[in-house]
Amino acid sequence: MNVKTDLATELARAYDSTPAHLQVLSARLAAEAETAGLLDVAYRTVESPVGSLLLAATEVGLIRVAYATEDHDRVLQTLADTVSSRILLAPARLDDAARELDEYFAGNRQAFNLPLDWRLSAGFRRIVLHQLPSIAYGQTASYSAVARLAGSPKAVRAVGTACATNPLPVIVPCHRVVKADGSLGGYLGGVEAKRALLILEAAA
Amino acid sequence: MTAKQPFENIVETHGATVLRVCRAVLGSADADDAWSETFLSAMKVYPQLPAGANVEAWLVTIAHRKAIDVTRAAKRRAIPTDTIPEKPAQQRDGPDPDLADALAQLPNKQKQAVAYHYLADLAYADVAVILGGTPDAARRAAADGIAALRRTYPHATSRRADQR
Repeated sequence: MNVKTDLATELARAYDSTPAHLQVLSARLAAEAETAGLLDVAYRTVESPVGSLLLAATEVGLIRVAYATEDHDRVLQTLADTVSSRILLAPARLDDAARELDEYFAGNRQAFNLPLDWRLSAGFRRIVLHQLPSIAYGQTASYSAVARLAGSPKAVRAVGTACATNPLPVIVPCHRVVKADGSLGGYLGGVEAKRALLILEAAA
Repeated sequence: MTAKQPFENIVETHGATVLRVCRAVLGSADADDAWSETFLSAMKVYPQLPAGANVEAWLVTIAHRKAIDVTRAAKRRAIPTDTIPEKPAQQRDGPDPDLADALAQLPNKQKQAVAYHYLADLAYADVAVILGGTPDAARRAAADGIAALRRTYPHATSRRADQR
């Protein structure tokens, strides 16, 4: 690489911009990309009692909710690999999801009314996840009960896998699936998050 | 298949440099529009960008074309007049309006060569692809531009330009 001259350094400084200005430009780009139909995946993060949550949506609907423990950068890279690399930080598309989650965490919402993009789950896993909203708010069901609901009573282990790979945790309530003996079982956001959600729902 | 980063990372990594290039080539007034159009165009074709491509050179190439469009549009808008308007006060958040003014006075090719090589760090081979002509011609244009800047901006001449 070339050695930069003093003049080159001063030139770069002469055209410096503030981070705030670049943020304004980025926000404008997100809005224009949305209008032009180029924004395949929009994302933002929201703060919640169970930590920072990444929300991502396609034009179809919400496609991914991710806990901080899943590593948001890695989740975005996976979305780039599997859905589209045309991904921008663009909060507007996620306004409804953010508002409904706020209401949920405040104890003021029991069910979500959001368009969902299911393309990240397939086959039996998707069938399992579709059953979960039928477990009422504040209730729990065992993995074997969910296996029966999904039409494959013997597929208890597969139900566990479906829950562990749920692309839309909190919204699709895999936290309501617990072990038959009443213990919590695992959770992709950590068992503390699962406990916190169940306590929240029991109290509301 | 090599993983392609989310486009947001591209904006984050290269946004400031592309804006510097747009400001240098166009001036502050039109730079924001050129920046937006550059990234919007880039986003459109980003999924088809070959893995391992030089992203900065790719973005500067698009910015170069957008700057030409913006300049042409400005010329079409310009209305001939007998009176010479007062030059409006330049608004820049950079600390050195003098140097920016000096660059703005350079012939286009020199200005572009300086911006693409010194601000965007592109090799002269890449600058030549953008400007047309040979890498040697690009190197000469940048050298002439830097020499002119040193004449109008003498206190930055403490070191000689590199010879790459």
